[in-house]
Amino acid sequence: MNARLRWRKFLSAFMLTMTGVCALISVSVLFFILGYLVYHGGTSISWNFFTKLPAPVGEIGGGMANAIVGSGKLLLIATLFGVPIGFFGAIYLAEFSGGTTAFIVRYAADLLNGVPSIVIGIFAYALAVLPFKHFSTLAGGFALGLMMIPITLRSTEEFLRGVPKALREAAMALGASKWKTITSVIVPAAYRGILTAILLAFARVAGETAPLLFTAFGNRFWSNGWNQPTASLPAMIYTYAIAPYDDWHRQAWAAGLVLLGLILIINIVARAILSRGIAVPRA
Amino acid sequence: MITFLFAASVVLVTLLLVLELWQGSVLARHKFGFNFFRTSVWDPIFDQFGALPFIYGTLVTAGVSLLIAVPLGIGAAIFLAELAPARLSDALEFFIDLLAAVPSVIYGLLGVFIVVPLMRDYLQPALKNTLGFLPIFQGPAYGIGFLTAGIVLAIMVIPYIISVSREVLLSVPRDQREAALSLGSTRWEATWRVVVPFARGGIMGSIFLALARALGETMAVTMVIGNNPIVSASLFSPGYSIAAVIANELTEATSNLHYQSLIELGLVLFILTFVLNGLARLLIVATSQRGAGMGNA
Repeated sequence: MNARLRWRKFLSAFMLTMTGVCALISVSVLFFILGYLVYHGGTSISWNFFTKLPAPVGEIGGGMANAIVGSGKLLLIATLFGVPIGFFGAIYLAEFSGGTTAFIVRYAADLLNGVPSIVIGIFAYALAVLPFKHFSTLAGGFALGLMMIPITLRSTEEFLRGVPKALREAAMALGASKWKTITSVIVPAAYRGILTAILLAFARVAGETAPLLFTAFGNRFWSNGWNQPTASLPAMIYTYAIAPYDDWHRQAWAAGLVLLGLILIINIVARAILSRGIAVPRA
Repeated sequence: MITFLFAASVVLVTLLLVLELWQGSVLARHKFGFNFFRTSVWDPIFDQFGALPFIYGTLVTAGVSLLIAVPLGIGAAIFLAELAPARLSDALEFFIDLLAAVPSVIYGLLGVFIVVPLMRDYLQPALKNTLGFLPIFQGPAYGIGFLTAGIVLAIMVIPYIISVSREVLLSVPRDQREAALSLGSTRWEATWRVVVPFARGGIMGSIFLALARALGETMAVTMVIGNNPIVSASLFSPGYSIAAVIANELTEATSNLHYQSLIELGLVLFILTFVLNGLARLLIVATSQRGAGMGNA
């Protein structure tokens, strides 16, 4: 083996090892994040965290019960607003449309998907906060719902398209109307995929903070009804992390652990649902 | 045709969004014109708004993040697509996907309490001692600043680069690799001189995608950049970014002009991400199709 060949083989082995190192570093970040959150959050999480209101500034203790409920309310509105538009829009794209209209809708959805969350926040602020002159849970839910639309729409469409043509034709041949075919054949056939799409969209907006700063704002007390500003877990993490109190930092870690735990669990469940396979084999 | 109404509402919302950004910033656009991007006085009291420090901060932090994330991300993608056995590759991809799902405020939290102290006590002094003659590594080590924000952003965008690049690399036809190997190239040469150039467009696409994310990222950057509107050559210096100033000032805008200037910044961000995302999608689709086309031939 001459020197040149030896050098080339060495280079090959070296560079390939380096790519492995890159992969190792990138993946280990996830475990660092999880480790730190469990370490810091685990020691500061307690029953009070889930049941108590935030303590007055300067006092030790208290919890984030209002933020947990607030996040729940925000996500409920977001889901009620974003999922139907995404879902029915996807049915339109996959089953009814052709050509230009579909292209425009898809384009709009992709555009919306790429918009930074802070810009979505500006939009929701101008549309749902300024005209009413106060922050509200509804406005926050609206902002999050906007972000759910494109994610739900595009992936649902893909799963609907995955349903084999033969199934459609079989239903039609039995005399089912187009709408009947969709509701009782195509959607049930693709339901795992659709469920996954919705869960992933949900998980994605559950941790969004930037749009909430202008819409749901924040609240150190219970938010009554839907028309008042409300606390939310991500916004609380932000406020508590940049505040100068050690006790708040502790609670920010606890909130981070709860939020990340929730998001990762939803992600894993969504993928598990999908990996069990779509009810019918893809054609 | 109820489904049509739902589909149409998607288009409507998107149009409204663009309209709102355009209409909402009309005062600021007319008053400052192009000077908005050239001057660096941001003074709500005298109603004088120049966005240079924010644009500078956004570009610098995004640039730093790409310098770190691109080599790491592409390296990892090569490992996942070319070397790792399929099962290991899928398992690692699963973790990468989870990493992409971590919300930005969590990255901010870790940035504030882990990265900032590390930077202040170790990395910044070390850089100063070794490369301190460069203007970018001078000045006091606060921990917060452009460099820290760039590093946190890098960690956030790596998953995007890996996922997309891996997909694109996997779509490169097998023949390409085999041809290179049969001509006597080593495994690395086949990868670096044949497979990667074949997938170049798609990899560029993944980088644009990551850049668009980095430019629009708000929470994590706001928490570690220092929120100080200055243009400084030093990466150690605290700075400010477009998204951060919107997050901090929108609800507290003192005058109409202040509010509109912030919306104009939102418009800038929107246009930047719009162009980058569009380019990225074109490149990725073109590259995958090229792979599929050759595979069938």
